[in-house]
Amino acid sequence: MWLGITASAWVQLALYMCVLTALAVPLGGYMARVFSGERTVLTAIFGPVERLIHRLCGVNSVEEMTWKTYAVAVILFSLTGFVLLFGLLVGQGVLPLNPQHLPGLTPDLAFNTAVSFITNTNWQSYGGETTLSYFSQMVGLTVQNFVSAAVGMAVLVALIRGLTRHSTDRLGNFWTDLVRANLYILLPLSLIVAVALGGLGVIQTFDSYATARTLEGRDQVIALGPVASQEAIKMLGTNGGGFFNTNSAHPFENPTPFSNLIEMVSILLIPAALCFTFGKMVGDRRQGVAIFAAMTLVFVPFAAAAIGFEQAGNPHLVAAGADPTTAQAGGNMAPATAQAGGNMEGKETRFGIVNSAIWAAATTAASNGSVNAMHDSFTPLGGLVPMLLMKFGEVIYGGAGSGLYGMLVFVILTVFIAGLMVGRTPEYLGKKIGGYEIKMASIAVLLPCALVLGATALAVVTPLGKAGIFNPGAQGFSEVLYAFTSAANNNGSAFAGLSANTPFYNTLLALCMLFGRFFVLLPVLAIAGSLAAKKAVPVSAGTLPTHTPLFVAILIGVILLIGVLTYAPALALGPVIEHLNMIKG
Amino acid sequence: MSSLTVTYKTDIGAAALQALRRLDPRYQIRNPVMFLVWVGSVVTTLVLGVMLTGTGARLPEFHQPIWFVGLICFWLWFTVLFANFAETVAEGRGKAQADSLKKTRRDVSAKKLDKSKKQTVVAANSLRKGDVIRIDAGDVVPADGQVIEGIASVDESAITGESAPVIRESGGDRDAVTGGTRVLSDWLIVRVTADPGESFLDRMIGLVESAKRQKTPNEIALSILLAALSLVFLMACATLLPFSLFSVARAGSGTVISIVVLIALLVCLIPTTIGGLLSAIGISGMQRLIKANVIATSGRAVEAAGDVNVLLLDKTGTITFGNRQAVEFIPSSQVSAQQLAEAAELSSLADETPEGRSIVALARGQFGLAERKASDIEAEFIPFSAEQRVSGVVINERHIFKGAGDAIGKLVAKRGGAMPAEVAAAVEDIARKGGTPLIVAEGPKVLGVIYLKDIVKPDIKVRLGELRKMGIKSVMITGDNPLTAAAIASEAGVDDFVAEATPETKLKYIRKMQEGGEMVAMVGDGTNDAPALAQSDVAVAMNSGTQAAKEAGNMVDLDSDPTKLIEIVEIGKQLLMTRGALTTFSIANDLAKYFAIIPAAFATTYPALGLLNIMGLSSPQSAILSAVIFNALIIIALIPLALKGVKYRAESASAMLSRHAFLYGLGGIVTPFIGIKLIDLGLTAVGLV
Repeated sequence: MWLGITASAWVQLALYMCVLTALAVPLGGYMARVFSGERTVLTAIFGPVERLIHRLCGVNSVEEMTWKTYAVAVILFSLTGFVLLFGLLVGQGVLPLNPQHLPGLTPDLAFNTAVSFITNTNWQSYGGETTLSYFSQMVGLTVQNFVSAAVGMAVLVALIRGLTRHSTDRLGNFWTDLVRANLYILLPLSLIVAVALGGLGVIQTFDSYATARTLEGRDQVIALGPVASQEAIKMLGTNGGGFFNTNSAHPFENPTPFSNLIEMVSILLIPAALCFTFGKMVGDRRQGVAIFAAMTLVFVPFAAAAIGFEQAGNPHLVAAGADPTTAQAGGNMAPATAQAGGNMEGKETRFGIVNSAIWAAATTAASNGSVNAMHDSFTPLGGLVPMLLMKFGEVIYGGAGSGLYGMLVFVILTVFIAGLMVGRTPEYLGKKIGGYEIKMASIAVLLPCALVLGATALAVVTPLGKAGIFNPGAQGFSEVLYAFTSAANNNGSAFAGLSANTPFYNTLLALCMLFGRFFVLLPVLAIAGSLAAKKAVPVSAGTLPTHTPLFVAILIGVILLIGVLTYAPALALGPVIEHLNMIKG
Repeated sequence: MSSLTVTYKTDIGAAALQALRRLDPRYQIRNPVMFLVWVGSVVTTLVLGVMLTGTGARLPEFHQPIWFVGLICFWLWFTVLFANFAETVAEGRGKAQADSLKKTRRDVSAKKLDKSKKQTVVAANSLRKGDVIRIDAGDVVPADGQVIEGIASVDESAITGESAPVIRESGGDRDAVTGGTRVLSDWLIVRVTADPGESFLDRMIGLVESAKRQKTPNEIALSILLAALSLVFLMACATLLPFSLFSVARAGSGTVISIVVLIALLVCLIPTTIGGLLSAIGISGMQRLIKANVIATSGRAVEAAGDVNVLLLDKTGTITFGNRQAVEFIPSSQVSAQQLAEAAELSSLADETPEGRSIVALARGQFGLAERKASDIEAEFIPFSAEQRVSGVVINERHIFKGAGDAIGKLVAKRGGAMPAEVAAAVEDIARKGGTPLIVAEGPKVLGVIYLKDIVKPDIKVRLGELRKMGIKSVMITGDNPLTAAAIASEAGVDDFVAEATPETKLKYIRKMQEGGEMVAMVGDGTNDAPALAQSDVAVAMNSGTQAAKEAGNMVDLDSDPTKLIEIVEIGKQLLMTRGALTTFSIANDLAKYFAIIPAAFATTYPALGLLNIMGLSSPQSAILSAVIFNALIIIALIPLALKGVKYRAESASAMLSRHAFLYGLGGIVTPFIGIKLIDLGLTAVGLV
């Protein structure tokens, strides 16, 4: 099906990948220097700021931490962020910068939202413009957009240190890594993107909402706000939490095809670049390239598939002559020439099918979750693509830091199985993979799966859960499955259609986000600690090479197989049966 | 090489009986994957029971025909049985051996000596470490020990399978006796070195009896992975019931998925193939080792052998034949080759070492000297001594000596002679070529040099090349000087060498390698090897060696063959490869099973899912049944592979990976599609479905 996508779609997809790669390579090298503590072009500016921050916070930025100390620091930092954000959301009615006098959030919604943002998920059970004040958006959410992404990057760096160091229990200093990720990487990049988006028409204002008189003589309230500054980090930090309810489909968030390209590139930029950071930090660029290749080789076919399914549209509409172009041509023209329409339901005309489908793939491949079109309105298989990409555990690029560390967990599992096949105790980058690493990797890979399945089961059998499902049959099931997949894998993308702002869904989804974040992150740190303590085995002809096309192929196979095998029955009852019903009529 | 294994004939009947006995849940719980199948079988049996009694009509099972539930139940039990059978067959192969070993241990008495050397007869199993015992001709050695007095010939065939008796004596490199062997002549005073239950024989019995088998580190890691996979499949299947309830309610048609179908799906998905064969692989790996006449103290050591990346090989006996041979006489400028040869022959007449004999043979062969024996002539032979480091003969006032360059140099200097320049040059030249120069002198006059050559074993270069392909570095250990060592090293094709090796330099070298992350394997026999053996990751002691060496090592080679190390490495690798290959195969199988079961399971709720029935299986019942039967039969089909191990070839990791990924990965995806379809055709043909 996806081989039938139009030539212009291929060109746009290729252009997107080229821009992404061209930017990711130098950024990756830069980030490696930042995290290794080397001097960069920005050291002159941010060096003193960095030292000042450490002095003000009174943290010892020199002393390195064990994995346990590092983990405690991560948890304490996230917990503090949660408490502050929760308080801020509940109390936003009395806080400043609230021109619309929006009231405080209910505890369950505040809990859900606070967890959502500290876990870098950005699941939104609310509509931004009708729920949150400017203060909540900027001081609450945007701050977490920065720091939650930085936490992911810090944990990744700790894991890389675990792989490169040997015979030590030290993994670096969390506070240093956190501050550097924010100061040297996220802030400057956001500044560039925010200014560029502002120039393209994304708004940035503290004014209260504007009121316009429509042609019918009615008043229309137009929501405004400091959008550009939040938009940049929303995309770059794989956050995805839109300022407005309609996210990047809103013209104030994403006004033009060019702003759309900038935002789409920003979605994958840091996760993709971190592959090259990894390669440089482990002293073997090929390792980074291999992982980037594995991610890209999964991403491109999936994006192309989404484009293909959407361009094909709904066969029944085509047959009925309801497709816009076939209808004009009297239904006699071949779809290949007539099909400018395809499935345009839920899509913005300024982006069209191709850029909506690429976005859908990118936003779910990375754990971004922003949308520029309604995923609920995609064709069944078009909607299966984003769902599958999330089900792979958010490792196809994935979240900032979290994507690559999740991918490295898959690499460890792959190395284990493939390593046994060459008759050696499996090793990755010279580190032997033993029972402890396998145990931790299993938790990290399998826990999100268990969360998704368990929570979905709970939702479809309990009255509270069923109460939120409005759509019939398989479609309703897909929506619930999508929501929990998104939450447990810390994506934040919503299929919509599900009435999720209820205490039941808010709480259950928040728990999925919480466990999905920390029960991956903590095992990863444990693996880092265990690997750092090991000796490094020198490379020989007997070593399983982990940079070859064959290894990349096996890695992809393992990711796809674990994802598909785990979810096949559930998917069969959701999007697969929907699709089969659709084509059967 | 003689093998101690009498027979490997498998008693299928006994193995099957044993497999039935192991249906005991207390036994099953050890293997989480198969335990799940066991629980599934029990639940299915209960469901079947309820259906047969006709009660509980509200169960979703009542939409399934009873013969179908019955058949699923039958095949689930067989899945458990087949896995048990794989294990018992593997064990059966070692069982006969363990029994005969146990027999040798039974009812032995010992003559214990107290401090005043008074002898009391006690039972062998009352002996403790440190006790001193006397063993006379005809006695069975009651415990492992070190000979502290006496010399005797010992029949060790009970453990080595080698019928020729060996000499055991105190003080040398052959001071170890093993419990269960028999003293044939003379007597020995032995200090016991192992408590009952920890002896060599006990370890051997433990090895072949899987009950005492401990899981190795890689096996534990793999078990964790398999358990985790099973858990997630359990989750996927268990949640299918609520999903199905919801779907039926919303679709308003069809029936809820039945428990038996869910169990069938679960059993097909969890990695039963590798789960069922895992312990058989481990047991048979150990048995391959035993078949090679090597006893390992633990499975861990065998597995470690697969990881070895540095092999320390003793030059003598491994890389070269044990002895050097004279190949040339190089006279000094003042004498003829004939004169030199005569003197050399004379001085070597009483030298019974292989080198000495080769000198005599060369002299006679080249110069036609007459046959004579040392006893034929009247002469005083001076044997080699450690201080002088020369040997020789005094005959009719002629003092002829032979020895190493510096020793002879000192000797002639004392007598007022000097080393001629051309001889010194020849010495250096021989050493550079890897030979051993032996200088012959008469009185103060140096006659010339005998070129003793180390003969490198013809096949060693090929084997070392194979090791290199596998990423294993070979290091030659020799007492020779660096020049000689380098020449032999290059001739044999080793990667590195340690010359003028002492126990300390060996130990240091191993430590240095290990600090760099290498896994080191070595072979040793002498007491002075013990520290290096203890330091190595894989240490193979020769059975002919000392007790100290055997205790320091983690394996004992009953054939005392230094090249065995290479074989051990291959066995270790094969063990891991077999596990990896079957794991890959097992997981890859799942794809086809989904295509068989998912459309069948939801046939009534969502008939459109029938489009996924790409194998064209005849009916939902037949599809599920075929998948379950395939899943059970594949275990049986793979038992031979598990027992024999994946074929091993010397090749790089990348080459090996691509071959195995293709065979077991891709093959694992394709095979069940074919297998399930064939079973479906068969079931349809017999009219069962």
